[in-house]
Amino acid sequence: MSHTAAVFIQLGGVLLALSLLSRFASAFRQSAIPFYMTLGLFVGIGGVIPLTESQEFFEIGSEIGVVLLLLMIGLEYSPKELLVSVIGNRRIGVLDALLNATPGAIAGLLMGWGPVGALILAGVTWVSSSGVIVRLLSDLGRMANRETPTIISVLVLEDLAMAFYLPVLSAVAVGATIMEGAVSVGIAIGVVVIIIGGTYFYGRRFARLFSADNSEALVVGVAGMAILVAGIATQVNVSAAVGAFLVGIGLSGRVAASAERVLTPVRDFFAAIFFVYFGIQTNPADIPAVFLPAFALAAVTMVTKFITGYVATRRAGIAIPGRWRAGLALTPRGEFSIIIASIAVGAGLNVAILPFAATYMMMTIVMGPVLARIPDMEWFKKRVRARG
Amino acid sequence: MGVRVERTDLAGIGFRDDVITKDGARIGVLTYREGGREVAIFSEDDPDAIAARVTVTAAEADALSELLGQAKTLDFLNGVGGGVAGVYTEHLTLAADSRFIDHELGLTKARTKTGVSIVAIVRGTDVIPSPEPSEVLLSDDILVAVGTRKGLDALAAILSDSRA
Repeated sequence: MSHTAAVFIQLGGVLLALSLLSRFASAFRQSAIPFYMTLGLFVGIGGVIPLTESQEFFEIGSEIGVVLLLLMIGLEYSPKELLVSVIGNRRIGVLDALLNATPGAIAGLLMGWGPVGALILAGVTWVSSSGVIVRLLSDLGRMANRETPTIISVLVLEDLAMAFYLPVLSAVAVGATIMEGAVSVGIAIGVVVIIIGGTYFYGRRFARLFSADNSEALVVGVAGMAILVAGIATQVNVSAAVGAFLVGIGLSGRVAASAERVLTPVRDFFAAIFFVYFGIQTNPADIPAVFLPAFALAAVTMVTKFITGYVATRRAGIAIPGRWRAGLALTPRGEFSIIIASIAVGAGLNVAILPFAATYMMMTIVMGPVLARIPDMEWFKKRVRARG
Repeated sequence: MGVRVERTDLAGIGFRDDVITKDGARIGVLTYREGGREVAIFSEDDPDAIAARVTVTAAEADALSELLGQAKTLDFLNGVGGGVAGVYTEHLTLAADSRFIDHELGLTKARTKTGVSIVAIVRGTDVIPSPEPSEVLLSDDILVAVGTRKGLDALAAILSDSRA
């Protein structure tokens, strides 16, 4: 069999399987991400049918997936929305970081992965999945609820915090000395601040590079810009993901809305490749050993995330049932946890973290939405009302 | 008579406007950035949750707002507000010495001369809605008239014409 034939057959088979899994997941109102990753476990390193020829495509495809995921997250926000969120909710942001990054950092140390492992796991446990949670709120008909703006603010702040966290992680990942690391982190943070500030004032001019009405030029142009900036960002150790995120933030208004529409299918395609590839890289044989610690960490950080949501909504003047809804809805972790783990591993750091992060994230993404439905149940409403 | 409208931003999604009624009920209008709209009625026993929600298209939202707008116009006509679109409602009392007493309403030629409509006659505790031109006017009748400021002033002048 020729190389091309082998690649096509493997890729086509995986894509078809992904499509079935995606339909299966949506029938059960579950996120498709854990299903994609599980498929990756079957066809990857140490899997049942390891696919070797298509590895190369999956690898580069998954890098593009990260760029597009971050680009789309950035496109959702305008610089103004970010500034307003930061100013209005900075205390909650700090509380969120302290409560949720700390357990990850401690776990990293306990697992014997050193300060770098602690930094990686801190990021993995910190960030909730905005993608999963926004879809969950929409599914549960809670978009208009009064606790929802607080939930969204927490998600926005976490997404923005990644623009600062990921460059730090990248600097550490390339094994810089403390001095070199401090310099490149300083550069990274400076670039991030300048770009967010610059797009706040010059965003319109940037958007004029693209036309909202020509969808063919738009899809190629915006994706091209994101990949180009991601490449430059990688070169200066700011992390490809952050470069793409900043391009997304820089675009707003009609161009952003149109770009979001035309790029969604492209993002879905490459994001699926990204999640499969993460499963491919993970050796299923390593999972049993990390299962219990990952479970314990998932339990602890779901509680800390619950506390974050509860306290944030209490401060916003939400009554007790709404605080429960917000706290439980925030528990799923998702794309960022996986992106963080894959950046760390891509840079050659601690491969042992892969199965741990994968197991951890799958637990929260499966249990979180189940927990989030509890406050809608009659027995729960009765109990909370009786006490409230 | 200010109405309380609260706007809350949902970064990346859209925004929600809440109207809080006099009775304390909360009605939310969720506007998605992509253009969809949702009208939500908040629950009575959980102030933060919604009890019902309806997704409306742009055309349906227009229809709804027109309906509510009409209701509002009627309110103005009923004298609750005033001054909208230059149409006013006035209660004109027929003076005891008016030359129209014991004559038919049609004789006032109110519509022809002033453009004002007499929509009702209040007689003691009775109300005669949409009176016929043949309705005979009595002393102390109150005519409920709808028209422009100018027309209403003209009608008041006509009605006060004494018998003499």
